[in-house]
Amino acid sequence: MMLIAGMIGLGVAVVLALVRVALGKTAFDRVLAVNSIGTLIILGIALHGFIMDRPEFIDISVLYAILNFIGTFAVLKLFSTGSLGDR
Amino acid sequence: MLFSLETLAGLFFFLGILSVVIGALGLVRLPDVYARIHAAGIIDTAGVTFFILGMICLSGWSLVTVKLVLIGVFLFFTSPISGHAIAKVALECGIKPLGRDLTSGQIKSAATPPQKKTASKKSSKKKAAKKKSAAKRVRS
Repeated sequence: MMLIAGMIGLGVAVVLALVRVALGKTAFDRVLAVNSIGTLIILGIALHGFIMDRPEFIDISVLYAILNFIGTFAVLKLFSTGSLGDR
Repeated sequence: MLFSLETLAGLFFFLGILSVVIGALGLVRLPDVYARIHAAGIIDTAGVTFFILGMICLSGWSLVTVKLVLIGVFLFFTSPISGHAIAKVALECGIKPLGRDLTSGQIKSAATPPQKKTASKKSSKKKAAKKKSAAKRVRS
């Protein structure tokens, strides 16, 4: 029951962050909102593992945390220098 | 025992839902990139900590607990770093924070007319383009 409530709360937060992605004035608003959505999805994957009684989903959650961090930094580096450091 | 572990988990989930929804509301409502970073920080610290504490209370002593602690520690260290990087790159690209300008004494609020905003945006783009061209010159 409380796990379902947690999933619903995470869903509401994801929808609100998607509103910011749609409205965002600058690109940095969108990057920030997508980063927050990634964090919420990490929690959602872990909670889904608990709801389905399959804790293996936690491994996917760890991987997604690392990908979220690297992805945000790649986009920011592309914004600030105009390249990803390959030339 | 007065509190069972499940009620403790329910309490943690309640606090987690509260902080996550408050952070997302701030992400929508606050007026500026730099203010929104503050709201995203609530999601990344309070929300993640409470949700992971609740899941730890449910999982007991097992390998799952270790992995949950790993996720918590990783997010605890990386999300402030990414927020800091977003603020730094936004400042480099010429987006000015709202509030009182200490050099001229003028107050720049969220209620400024949209014409001014577009003008400042254009100038920021020009600044960024100038910076890029300067960097290219240095490289070549």
